[in-house]
Amino acid sequence: MKIRTRSDLESLRKAGLASLYPPRPRINVGMATCGRAAGAGAVFDALREEADRLGLEAAIVPVGCLGYCQQEPLVDVALPGRGRVLYSHVTPDQARALLRSLADGVLPEEGALARMRVEGEAESESLPYLDELPFYARQHKIVLRNCGLLDPMSIEEYVARGGYAPLARALLDLTPDEVVDEVLRSGLRGRGGAGFPTGRKWRICRDAPGEPKYVICNGDEGDPGAYMDRTVLESDPFSVIEGLTIAGYGVGAHQGYIYVRDEYPLAVERVTQATARAEELGLLGDDILGSGFDFHIAIVRGAGAFVCGEETALIASIEGGAGEPRPKPPFPAVSGLWGQPTVINNVKTLATVPVIIGKGAEKYAAIGTEGNAGTVVFSLVGKVANTGLVEVPLGLTLREMIEGIGGGGLDGRRVKAVQTGGPSGGCLPAEQFHLPITYESLTAAGSIMGSGGMVVMDEETCMVDVARYFLGFTMAESCGKCTPCRDGTRHMYEILTRIVEGQGTPEDLDDLEEVAHWVKEASLCGLGQTAPNPVLSTLRYFRAEYEAHVQEKRCPAGVCRALIRLVIHADRCTGCGLCKRECPVGAISGEPKQPHVIDQTVCIHCRICHDVCPVDAIEITGRR
Amino acid sequence: MLARLHAINAEHGYLPAEALRQAADELHVPLSQIYGAASFYAAFSFEPRGRHTVQVCQGTACYIRGGDKILDKLESALGVRPGGTTPDRRFTLETVYCVGSCSMAPVVRVDGDTYGRLKPERVERILKRYD
Repeated sequence: MKIRTRSDLESLRKAGLASLYPPRPRINVGMATCGRAAGAGAVFDALREEADRLGLEAAIVPVGCLGYCQQEPLVDVALPGRGRVLYSHVTPDQARALLRSLADGVLPEEGALARMRVEGEAESESLPYLDELPFYARQHKIVLRNCGLLDPMSIEEYVARGGYAPLARALLDLTPDEVVDEVLRSGLRGRGGAGFPTGRKWRICRDAPGEPKYVICNGDEGDPGAYMDRTVLESDPFSVIEGLTIAGYGVGAHQGYIYVRDEYPLAVERVTQATARAEELGLLGDDILGSGFDFHIAIVRGAGAFVCGEETALIASIEGGAGEPRPKPPFPAVSGLWGQPTVINNVKTLATVPVIIGKGAEKYAAIGTEGNAGTVVFSLVGKVANTGLVEVPLGLTLREMIEGIGGGGLDGRRVKAVQTGGPSGGCLPAEQFHLPITYESLTAAGSIMGSGGMVVMDEETCMVDVARYFLGFTMAESCGKCTPCRDGTRHMYEILTRIVEGQGTPEDLDDLEEVAHWVKEASLCGLGQTAPNPVLSTLRYFRAEYEAHVQEKRCPAGVCRALIRLVIHADRCTGCGLCKRECPVGAISGEPKQPHVIDQTVCIHCRICHDVCPVDAIEITGRR
Repeated sequence: MLARLHAINAEHGYLPAEALRQAADELHVPLSQIYGAASFYAAFSFEPRGRHTVQVCQGTACYIRGGDKILDKLESALGVRPGGTTPDRRFTLETVYCVGSCSMAPVVRVDGDTYGRLKPERVERILKRYD
């Protein structure tokens, strides 16, 4: 069947509604990469088996990620007439028990996290609604609108939740120029991190001379500590495909590419299948919806190079060679893939486009703050109580994000800093948490918005070690084309290594700062220009930690291995032997039920023994 | 070219010299160009690899939540450093910067299976599942 008209689309929508809201129980299991890592696969199998055993008619559906990864595996159960409840930390045994309850027509409250809003149905009074939980209350989902709520491979369900009506509006009711203007008026800025106005990029490309033109979706999400793009590609691939199709129409391109990071096999698989499905229905291909507009999409799988997230390097990679960047200008919008005008947008930017075209620019522009319209997605991770994927209006403060949505530090510990923007960003201290989350405020404070990684750090995180970690990353990922980045990142890494090993001098701090400024000024592409940010921001806000390493040769957080020692207190040790068993280098000896000792000549200071000790008998010395 | 390299890698588990020469002939590009691209990307190896690949995530979230300890444990359990393959070709140990499961940190991926919220104590039991 081909979808040729709006009424064809309407029949697709009806099929999707019937599948989303069947007259029998529907059970959604979060099966994105994070859900699988938490054991959702076994839960899904248990549900299927038990349903067969009981002869229970139920739709058991693998869905994407709802964002509350802390609570995975998540199972969302709708029982017609009885409401809809979300269960967290579900085990296979609980899944089987849940099905036995459903067979009796009961939606149990045991193990329930929250209830979901369902129109006109009697619901339990004692459970909170999902959107009332602190984790969700401040969120505003646009990019993540469908994630975890539909079968990612079902185009029918995507259409039932509003998909492809925006493409129909663009192709049948608007001219390409009107599409570009709509995106421009929405105030949408590039969600890859740089924040360039999307509509303006499209306009430059549309007006640039040269045919053919190309549009590319940048799904080479390389920032360690970030997984927003993976989640969208895995959980709602059609939103990206529709967004890219609209971009192609607006810009005047007939060929699109989706470049996906090699480390994301499930995202590659789903986006490939979804593209094939859209082609099968004629929503990609020639004469889409009878509009005369032709558009094709090819999927390109990366091969593990961080620099390919940079747009000119990504283009070089699609062209087939090593993914090395080149100087700008000319910008890709004028001269990009094969030297032709090319728009490159981030996954989240493109997933937003259908909403802007569907609901109108004004509605989107009304969200957020002046100059920072709309919403932004963060992966809130690290030493924070609630980890997960969150989408908030721009302008929310860091404190509302970390303490409100994130619920504060892990295990009640005090939050010390937050890192945004990955290896290109900086660390901001708790004293700066009053700042609103906007492109400009984060840049002024020494970090960047970035593509959405937000890593929370506490008293047990060493900021010098974190700076060294990031420089180790950028040094390894520097493509080597320009000297400031290739040698400068190595120079900074070497100084930082001396410092964490207790060999640093006060002059090292001045040298570090000088090299950092030099690399920032002189590097060819964004990788090198931003690589010093982790160093500069930690020097700015956490200089005392650097000084403790350099002058007193101690690591206040108790992390830097050369500066700490692990000691077993004989009076507290019960001789349980756990530390001895877990020590990776066999440095611990002792008889059962007798105090154990650590051989300091063998110990590698990894702290595993400290973590496993059930009676806190092992102390990290050299911190204070 | 990237797609071709992925295909060779999927077939052999690494990039044998003979297969690269053949690809250069068929694509009508110099072997040096193929080698340049292949050596640029982390996903490709010129050496034969183990039957199973153990990837220890060293992304930011995993790193600050103890990913370094998981790596210590794996190094001692397998007796190889990152990049190395055990003499029996059972495992290749690798570090990767982020598999995108940061909320489950620290994470290890063995072939296609992702293990989250790991503690060093669990590492050896996981390895036993792969032979």
